[in-house]
Formats: sequence, C-alpha cells, structure tokens
Amino acid sequence: MSLIDSLPRVGAPKLPKVDGLIPWIVPLAIVLVWQLACVTGFVPSRVLPAPTDVALAGWKLLLSGELVRNIWVSFWRASIGFVIGGGIGFAFGLANGLSQLSAKLTDTTLQMVRNIPHLALIPLVILWFGIDESAKLFLVALGVFFPIYLNTLHGIRTVDPQLIEMGRIYGMTDGELFRRVIFPGALPSIFVGLRFALGIMWLTLIVAETIAASSGLGYMAMQAREFMLIDVVVLSILIYALLGKLADSASRALERLTLSWHPAFQKK
Amino acid sequence: MHEALRFQPVDAEPVDRADVVAKSRHLRRVTEGAARGLSLTIRGLRKAFGDNEVLRGIDLHIPAGQFVAIVGRSGCGKSTLLRLIAGLDAPTAGGIAFGEQPRAQDVRVMFQEPRLLPWARVLSNVEVGLGRERSSADAQARAERALVEVGLGDKRGEWPSVLSGGQKQRVALARALVSQPRVLAFDEPLGALDALTRISMQQLLERVWRDQGFTAILVTHDVAEAVALADRVLVIEDGRIAEDVTIDLPRPRRRGSAELAALEGEILKHLLEGSEDTSGL
Ligand SMILES: Nc1ncnc2c1ncn2[C@@H]1O[C@H](COP(=O)(O)OP(=O)(O)OP(=O)(O)O)[C@@H](O)[C@H]1O
Ligand SMILES: [Mg+2]
Repeated sequence: MSLIDSLPRVGAPKLPKVDGLIPWIVPLAIVLVWQLACVTGFVPSRVLPAPTDVALAGWKLLLSGELVRNIWVSFWRASIGFVIGGGIGFAFGLANGLSQLSAKLTDTTLQMVRNIPHLALIPLVILWFGIDESAKLFLVALGVFFPIYLNTLHGIRTVDPQLIEMGRIYGMTDGELFRRVIFPGALPSIFVGLRFALGIMWLTLIVAETIAASSGLGYMAMQAREFMLIDVVVLSILIYALLGKLADSASRALERLTLSWHPAFQKK
Repeated sequence: MHEALRFQPVDAEPVDRADVVAKSRHLRRVTEGAARGLSLTIRGLRKAFGDNEVLRGIDLHIPAGQFVAIVGRSGCGKSTLLRLIAGLDAPTAGGIAFGEQPRAQDVRVMFQEPRLLPWARVLSNVEVGLGRERSSADAQARAERALVEVGLGDKRGEWPSVLSGGQKQRVALARALVSQPRVLAFDEPLGALDALTRISMQQLLERVWRDQGFTAILVTHDVAEAVALADRVLVIEDGRIAEDVTIDLPRPRRRGSAELAALEGEILKHLLEGSEDTSGL
C-alpha cells in the first residue's frame, strides 16, 4: 500500500514552491466554507461551532495548561502502548519467520487470537484493570501487535531465497545474513505493518479514552460533552486528526530514509 | 595481477578487442608464471532427486586454469553438476577432488540472475564477494579494483536498480572475482542478455580468465558461445559425458570463422541426434 502510494507519477510538471502547497488547498477551503456557514448562521453553533470559536477554546485550554497536559497523556499512552505491542509483535514476527519450530509452536494460536476484535475485550479489560493506565496500554498494545506481527512475518518469509543462497555462498554468518539480507528485504513489508499499526493505535486510544479514562484527549472530549462545550469536543477531534497525520508523516519520513534503495523512493 | 587494471574495460559495444586480449596475454606471461587455477577431478559422480537419476556417473579431469564449457539439452543436469562442483549440494555417490584443498573463497559461482542486494550500493555488493575478508582494511580498495576491472568503476555509488541487465551481470562478475577465486563456475551467466551485450560480456569473461588464470567452468545453452570461449566443450547426455571436444584454436578467436562454425555444427548435430533418440522413447 505504501509503495503504491509513492509510485512516481509520470509527466507531472514540477513547480517546486507551489507543489508543496497543493495538498493544503482543500483543507483550507473547507475551513473557509465552514467559517462562512457558521457566521451566516446557516449552521447553528449548537451543531457546529465556527473554526474561530474552536481556536478560541483551544487558546483558553492552552493557557490553562489543560490542553498540553491531556495531549501529553494521550501521546504518552499511544507511544508506550505502541512500543510494547509493536515490540512484541516484531519479536514474534522475527522468531516465527526465522524458526520453523517457533512458527509451529505459536502461529496457530496467534492466528486464532487475531480473529477476536480487540475492542471487544474492553469490558473484560475494565474488569481486570479498572480504568487504570494499564487498561489503555493493554488495549493499544494488543491492537498494534497484529499488524506488526503479520507484516514482519510476511516480509521475512518472502525475502528472495536466491539472495539468501547468495549470502550463504559468500560465507555470511547467520547474523550477517540477517543484517544484510533478511532484514532489509523484509523492511518494506514491516513498514506497511507499521502504518497500519499507527492507524489502529489512535483508533484504540480514542475508544478507550472515551469509555474509561480520567485524563487524556478522549476524556477531555467526554467531559466537554457533559458540559455541552461543543467547541472543545470539535477541538479534540481535530487534534486527534492532527496527531494521526503527524504519526503518518513520521513513518513516511522514516520509510524514505531507510528504503532509499527502492525504485519507488528514488527521486528523479 | 594488478596489471589487469591498465586495460581498457570492455564496453557495451561489440568491438573487436583483439589488441587488448593479445596485450593481456603478453602481460600475463610476463607477470605470472604458474596459473593460479585449481585442477579438479570428478569420479563416479551421481546425483538423484528421489527416483529421478539426473547424473549417472560423471568422470572428469579438468587441468588447472582450463576453460571448460558444458552444453546439453535443457534438464540434462548441467546446473546440478555445477552446484555439486561449487559445493552447494551434496552428491548421492562419487566425489569431487580439487588439486589442493580450496578455501571457501577459492570457488565461486555466477548465476543467470545477478542476485545483487537491491539495498546495497554497487560497491558494497562487490564487497560481499570478499567473504570472511570483508572486514579487512583493504576490502574497499579491492572491491574498487574489481569494479574497475569489469569497467564499472564509475558506478560504485549507484543502487543496483538503476543499472542495465548487462551492467548488473558485470557487478555480479566483479563480486565473484574480488576474492580472486581459483575456480569460477558460471551457470548461463549471459542467458538473459541481448545479443550485443552478450558478445561484449563474452569478451570480458575471456579477458578476466586470461588475466587471473582461474579454472573456468561455463554452463551454456549457446554452442557458439561454448566453442568461442572454451578450451574444451563437454556434452552431457543421459546423465553422462557423451562427448569431450577439445577446441584447439588460437586466441583471440574470430567470431564466425570457418573452424568455429564447423566445430559448432558438429556439436549441434550430436545434440540434435541425441534428442531424436530420446524422443522415440
Ligand atoms: N532441487 C531439486 N529437486 C528435485 N529435482 C531437481 C532439483 N534440481 C534439479 N532437479 C531435476 O534435475 C534435472 C536436471 O536439472 P538441472 O537444473 O540440472 O538441468 P539443466 O541442465 O541445468 O537445465 P537447463 O538447461 O534448463 O537449466 C531436472 O529434471 C530437474 O527437474
Ligand atoms: Mg540450468
């Protein structure tokens, strides 16, 4: 998916300065229309506050320190959960991709667990952990685990066997073979898993924080709902969108950096 | 050894490099007394995959530094024989003995596919060929020399994906050469190349063989290629060596000369007769 996204486009004339601005035209236009619709009273502010009101609410929360604190809490949960779930998924992907024994031992079990939607575990998780931090971390980690596991495993299994044979012929040790042939060969697939996992990470966190939390962006939105502060609700949603975009950009940048050998990433 | 660097690399155009080859022969005689190649003796070699007996007793001696070509119909076991020689597979019976116990980097193979690491620059790909000596101080310098030798010194920093098919194959050749092997086995290394690139690659192969003096074993479909390059052509049939033709023509050989054509016709005739025999079974 990520590779197709970045296929070189043929024949598009390059205007370097303007080029970078093009993706922002549509979002800007939407905000503009939104503002107009609110100001003219076409959309009542009970339904949707004007962008300026949302910005104002954001400014107030920023001054009170509440916004930064909640964003920080959500960001922290997302990253810790991601590191734990992604780390375990990556480790299992490696182990099962490299060792027949390990794959025989665990793959069937993991495939069975995969078929349970992880959000269906929320009631159970609340019973186990309460609305503690560990509940959210557990859910995020579980959600992130599978895309990373599956894509790491797939990446390793589909490394060109001719290259592996070549590595052996030229006397690479197991460690070298992994570092120079298997891991780089699996990397494009691992990145696909990474980007799927980032999407699932935010989704899980939003749901978990909305249902059971006493801090964080989702909690902030739910509080605001109780006090009918619709501008804060919209603000939280926008911040989620922004954070999601940020995570995606970061993974793309990493991809460009590490996959520069790939024809799809070579700039002409 | 390093005199090789002084020669013009063979470029992608099919020019007559007779002068270069003649010069190289002269230099080799001057700089190197004995050939560095290893001799090779194969006795009663058999290989079966399940019930499928592919090789049914190969007996063969290859003197050090000889250029041997192996031809035969598709599926007759040429690649199997090559893989056994290179130690990639174990024989069912019989054995292969080298004139001297070879070290790992003394026997190298080159395949039809270049098998370059797409995520490593051209130079690192060549360094892979050094095997265990990869981490030595002069690794990079040696890899660079090998690249210059195949005429790709200016491509050292490129990704393999931007190279043409012939250039990739030349990088693969540099990788096979960089450890200065004493036996080099080729499994149809030029099979996927167009006719012109093929001819210039053949000249390159001949040149490095003359420069380095390794024992060369070339599997090919192309009988013309076999008679143009080899000292000796082996025809494999029914799992055995059916014919052993010595090509005693002076080098550089002129492509399309009457002697070469006659030899080629003879071997082809044998191959075709063989196929008629078996089609009747
Ligand atoms: N790993 C293997 N397992 C089972 N059978 C094999 C294996 N490798 C080769 N064979 C069989 O051995 C026979 C000879 O194969 P080989 O690849 O040596 O032929 P070849 O002469 O190189 O043919 P070509 O000219 O098409 O490359 C074939 O019948 C093939 O099916
Ligand atoms: Mg073959």
